[in-house]
Amino acid sequence: MADALYALRKTRRVRPWLFAGLRHALLASAGLLMIAPFILMVSISLKSPGEIFSPEFHLLPQQWHAWENYSTAFAKQPLLRYLANGLIVTAAIFLMQAIFALPCAYALAKLRWRGRETSFLFVLLGLLIPPQVPAIPLYIGLWKLGLLDSYSALILPSSISVFGIFLMRQFFRTVPDDLLHAARLDGMSEFGIVWRVMLPTAMPALVAFGLLSLVWNWNDFFWPLLVVQSQHLATPPLGVVFFNNAEAGTNYGPLMAAATVITAPLVIAFLVAQRWFIDGVTMTAVK
Amino acid sequence: MRSDSPLRHNPGSAQGLQRPGAQAEQWAAWLLAGPAVVLTWLMLLGPAAGVILLSLTDWTFGAPELNWIGLDNYREMWGDTAFWQSLRNTLAYVAFTVPTSVALGLAVALLIESGSSLKGLYRALFFLPVTSTLLAMALVFQFAFHPTVGIVNLALGALGLPTTDWLKNPDTALFSLGVIGIWQAVGLNMVLFLAGLKAIPKDLYEAAAIDGADSGWERFRRVTWPMLGPALVFVVTITAIRSFQVFDTVAVLTEGGPNKATSVLLYQMVQEGFSFLRSAYAAALTCIFLAFVLLLTWAQNRLLDRRAHYG
Amino acid sequence: MASVSIQGLRKSFGTTPVLRGVSLDIRDGEFLTLVGPSGCGKTTLLRILAGLDHADEGVLFIGDTPVDHLPPKRRDVAMVFQSYALYPYMSVRQNMALPLLMRRLSRLQRMPLMGRWLPGTRATLSDIDSTVAETAESLGLGSLLERRPAQLSGGQRQRVALGRAMVRQPSVFLMDEPLSNLDAKLRVSTRAEIAQLHRRLGTTFVYVTHDQVEAMTMSDRVAMMMDGEILQLASPQELYDDPNDLRVAEFIGTPKANTLPATLSHDVLRVANEVWPLHGLAKRETQLRIAVRPEWWSLGSTSERTSPAEGWIDGDVSHIELLGSETLVHVQSRGVDAVMVARVTPEAARGLMPGQRLRLRTRRALVFDAQGLRIRGVRWAGGRVCDVAPADAKGPAPAVFSA
Repeated sequence: MADALYALRKTRRVRPWLFAGLRHALLASAGLLMIAPFILMVSISLKSPGEIFSPEFHLLPQQWHAWENYSTAFAKQPLLRYLANGLIVTAAIFLMQAIFALPCAYALAKLRWRGRETSFLFVLLGLLIPPQVPAIPLYIGLWKLGLLDSYSALILPSSISVFGIFLMRQFFRTVPDDLLHAARLDGMSEFGIVWRVMLPTAMPALVAFGLLSLVWNWNDFFWPLLVVQSQHLATPPLGVVFFNNAEAGTNYGPLMAAATVITAPLVIAFLVAQRWFIDGVTMTAVK
Repeated sequence: MRSDSPLRHNPGSAQGLQRPGAQAEQWAAWLLAGPAVVLTWLMLLGPAAGVILLSLTDWTFGAPELNWIGLDNYREMWGDTAFWQSLRNTLAYVAFTVPTSVALGLAVALLIESGSSLKGLYRALFFLPVTSTLLAMALVFQFAFHPTVGIVNLALGALGLPTTDWLKNPDTALFSLGVIGIWQAVGLNMVLFLAGLKAIPKDLYEAAAIDGADSGWERFRRVTWPMLGPALVFVVTITAIRSFQVFDTVAVLTEGGPNKATSVLLYQMVQEGFSFLRSAYAAALTCIFLAFVLLLTWAQNRLLDRRAHYG
Repeated sequence: MASVSIQGLRKSFGTTPVLRGVSLDIRDGEFLTLVGPSGCGKTTLLRILAGLDHADEGVLFIGDTPVDHLPPKRRDVAMVFQSYALYPYMSVRQNMALPLLMRRLSRLQRMPLMGRWLPGTRATLSDIDSTVAETAESLGLGSLLERRPAQLSGGQRQRVALGRAMVRQPSVFLMDEPLSNLDAKLRVSTRAEIAQLHRRLGTTFVYVTHDQVEAMTMSDRVAMMMDGEILQLASPQELYDDPNDLRVAEFIGTPKANTLPATLSHDVLRVANEVWPLHGLAKRETQLRIAVRPEWWSLGSTSERTSPAEGWIDGDVSHIELLGSETLVHVQSRGVDAVMVARVTPEAARGLMPGQRLRLRTRRALVFDAQGLRIRGVRWAGGRVCDVAPADAKGPAPAVFSA
């Protein structure tokens, strides 16, 4: 029996098609379930309340209510402001993370100095601590400094990324020492080496880290919830919640419209840069 | 030059400083690494230590005084039914989401790798939820779970299966949140498993085929599963730690209810610390949270070490 | 123990042909090497034999059984991979036991946890254990049975791979460049070990390598492949002395045979501007290639008179390599682009200096046409055939050892 099937497979007729078909069927249906929420979200954002609450479900609306939903969404809440905040905050955070992490990673990877092992120990310790743990003291500190409810409150705590330091150090270690010797002989300072030699070589790792940092910080809800009260400072997740609260429940059309707008940037970024995202995650996991 | 100096072996010692340029290297290193180390202490390690210390006091937010009360907060926690409820809920959530999302992630990765067409498309489909803003999608799920017009109940009803108000029913609320968590985690697990699968050398499968293990089950059992061991441990730990951190969906969809059925550790911590202003008690809760995460990481290290000696 | 018969095998990867109609009969119990440069198709041929790849056309027999439709495990072959492909998470014992487990236990018996309790499993398992232990002993692995591959040296891993192949007592052993991951010294000793193993087991060995030294020293017969075809199938000595194709002549033998361009016009053969007294060439062959192996040259001075049973060429010494047991003299001649290498005794080259002008003489040469195909039966002016060793070679006649 097995031999016969093997023979059939050899002539490329029955078995492979069956198997491929099954594979596609399973993956396609599971995949559909995965993106179903997105489809649902967009679908509802296009419908009128009557259709939303009707017991029948159609994918596309009978009457297009898109304009009303979206304009209401934008009118009720400063959606663009939320997106802009997302951009400002994540960009600022990543910038600071890079500025602090890269030199430190270089020093840890390539220089020999007293305190190196201890510093690396601190980095490793930091990796063990989930971001929610330092929350309370950080909050207290910011409160004492009067920095609550400001961009600083959003940006400062994340400005150091021990994960970034760790990742870049691992990467830097693979850079050949001779490259550095040559740079030093050419008169480059250590600082110069970081930005002109190490950075270009470690671009892939930096990009990967950047993407992860972007996604994490854009979607972070926990910390902004704690430190931000004012609407004009809200990051996208917080903006969504403000919207939800303001709407008191049943205005689903505009709510979904708002959700679509908030989700769109990252989804588009992902679709455009898929390879980088997935490669980035893989690379950091290999650690 | 530097690289073959015999004093290389002891960089931290006084001897090491006698290397030419060692002093300059020392200063350069401190300048480069210093700010990062300082920030790490300022933003991460310091506050973490602070939390532990705070948990030993009775401070409430804004109070003028702070007293040391030792382990009293923990004693209170021991007798606090709300705490045990939170802990139970969190553990139940983890127990539900981790095996499911890991198994699904593995299954999807295996299916994708078993063929050659449309791999990129499927990868994108499954990874998309990982990048989405969870809260926005949570609202979509909220609507989907709506008792009368939500698509879940409409579909179940059409099939004649029982329906309920998923998020308001205390028996199903946590489970529903778990579904959302799984939805987001599968893609990440899939990517990690794909990397693990790619790393398995093809000739192992060929050797197995010649040895007689050429059916799907035997290949999986003799080659795929053992070779995925380390990846598996890694994925389980990552997923478990992320699960432990569940907060967003609880805060927005159920607010810990109904009747604390979905109150999880972090949620209770935020409530105690920021709604009830009992900072010290919240700090104690944070410490318990940290302890569990450290436990998971330690377990991962032990498991990985044991298997590490087959490079 | 079985013979292998390959007929008309063709295989392409996409549009690239890799095997172009290969036919080969391997005798029962012989050690046959497939040798050739990378990309010649030898590994593909081996994999098709193993059942890991399928040919587009052609027939394959192992023994009397057509195996084209059989999966690898049913062909009664065992393979040693270039990377050894040992299961990293299994001990040496488990690695070697797996093929026997898969063969001797039924599917039910192999089930995890429960299988052991089925009747007969225990007995078979201990049987397997003793077979593994025996084989391991014979390979010198007895004390390493519980180690994992990562804890073994390269040579030990190779022996485990061999052991895993041996336990099944297959009809045919397939080996894919098993020595390429070893260092030079280990390679030499392992070569001998594998050859001895073959003699001990008597099983048919099909061995793939790009190293002609391995091919020459280990095989009963060698099939030299290039560009998806077998150029010649013969014993090592025959391949060396009597190649069918210029490519074979150049591939086999170190240092490489010297190739000289030659032109034939009006019955006069000019080899690199010198006239060689060779006869018996058809008029239509105008462009020829002459190959002279390094050890066929002898050194002389340019003022000597040439003999009618000899070819010669003048040139300048460009480099001398003293190996102790012999000396390699590199000579650059105006008529030949490549540098020629002559292999002579240290005495013959004593006093020779780079830059000196000398004459290379030979009484033996291989003649090839413009396409590289061998032309046999060419004679020197004196009547002697040019491509066999002259009877009056230096030294007394060698003793003849008969079987």
